[in-house]
Amino acid sequence: MSAAPSVLYDAPGPRALRRARVLSVVSVLVLATLLVLAGLRLNETGQFEPERWSPLFWPGDESFASVWGQLRIGITNTLLAAALAIVFSLVLGVALTTARLLLGRYARLPLVLVAEVLRGAPVVILIFFAARVLPQFGVDLSQLWYLVIGLTAYNFVVIGEILRAGVAALPSGQREAGLAIGLTPRQTVLQIQMPQAYRLMLPALISQLVVIVKDTSLAALILTGPLELLNAGKRIERFLDNPLQTYLLIALIYILINSLLGLLATYVERRLSRSGGGGARVDQDRAVTMANLGANATGGGVGGHAT
Amino acid sequence: MDVLLDNFDLFVGGFLGSLKIIAYSLVLALLLGAVLAMMRVSPVAPLRTFGSLYVSVVRNSPLTIMLFFTAFVLPELGFNRPFFQLGVLGLSLYTAAFVCEAIRSGINAVPAGQAEAARAIGLTFGQSLATVVMPQALRTVVPPLGSVVIAMMKNSAIVGAFGVGGDLFAVGKRLTSAQGFAVLPVLVGMLLGYLLITLTTAALLSRLESKVAILR
Repeated sequence: MSAAPSVLYDAPGPRALRRARVLSVVSVLVLATLLVLAGLRLNETGQFEPERWSPLFWPGDESFASVWGQLRIGITNTLLAAALAIVFSLVLGVALTTARLLLGRYARLPLVLVAEVLRGAPVVILIFFAARVLPQFGVDLSQLWYLVIGLTAYNFVVIGEILRAGVAALPSGQREAGLAIGLTPRQTVLQIQMPQAYRLMLPALISQLVVIVKDTSLAALILTGPLELLNAGKRIERFLDNPLQTYLLIALIYILINSLLGLLATYVERRLSRSGGGGARVDQDRAVTMANLGANATGGGVGGHAT
Repeated sequence: MDVLLDNFDLFVGGFLGSLKIIAYSLVLALLLGAVLAMMRVSPVAPLRTFGSLYVSVVRNSPLTIMLFFTAFVLPELGFNRPFFQLGVLGLSLYTAAFVCEAIRSGINAVPAGQAEAARAIGLTFGQSLATVVMPQALRTVVPPLGSVVIAMMKNSAIVGAFGVGGDLFAVGKRLTSAQGFAVLPVLVGMLLGYLLITLTTAALLSRLESKVAILR
């Protein structure tokens, strides 16, 4: 047994090892019992009947093709919405942070106010009202765009916060050197500070992409039409009448997409810390901690995917 | 703005409904999260595996799916409860994973030398946990746990989005769709309600943070 090195324990001796082994057996038994009980209940309610599973998992089933056709549309739209939202959020987030860095204390107040309000609001409300308010002003878009707008309204502020934490973590010499060689403050922010902050916070930005992918599923609650993955799941479930199996499959797809993104974030993080990011050397842990603290002011949670 | 004033009691009712969802979920999520964190730092390998599996599954799937499971799948399995309870259950199961991660990061942030010193002067496991490790871990935990809690408060709107719980979002949804009121004032009312909750909590948390802050 290779116990994770922990602050709580010394390397276990023979007695502790024996105790841990006994506890392992007991906990496996308890978990197995729970699993069997759950399985029995599933069996009782007929969840293991093949016709509940085959349209989703067996290519020979007559509904398989149409089910996966729906799922393919759903996956495409989920990825499309997430990609559009992250691109818009990045552009607006850079603009927001640049403006906050360049404007004077009073001139940036309205920006700060808007940012705080958007960050303090639940995303689901922003999507809901993008779909309800915009048509009243004569903006008539497809449902996907309302989802993208709602997601962007929240996430550009969060990404702005991430970038701001990245800029704050840079050594002050970076900015001073930029100004000293005659760049304007705006050039310094855009050409010296931002690119480094962006590289520094890339792992946090990828984590935020996971949040966005997860949040696309909110569309299933408030928007209609053949839209994203969970919406596709709802339609399939209505047709096949097997909520457990369908939502299990949908959850697996989300987990697959997001695990891949998580791996990408870890990979990028490792690469950046090895190469030193190419720019100024800064303490990345400190920057991420600061981003978390900043997020704490009104909620959001940069490090955790807790939106 | 008349909508806001005319339906003020409705908004207050929704506000209280939101607080009710939040209060129940908070207690349940903190309890479950603490249990999960204990599993993840325990010397028992199967419990550790279960804990990390649970966390990575929940972190990578949307809350909406979790709520679909508790709200639609559980009744199918014969677990019939009022929707409010199912919604709170889903929100708590989801938030517990993030609570677990916050607590675990706090425990891991305690320098190993502290616990070693505690053992060296002969404290038992319980004593060193209760008097040396936990007091320091709790302080580190406040900021990340705080942002998890605030995120949960905002996520309570997703429970309301199912339209059954009488929370702030459900009220806003009903006013704009069924009764056809102007959308913008309702939005303002809802935003104010949520900001009241999240900003108050954030202020309380930052006071707590500065109170328990320690220099390392």
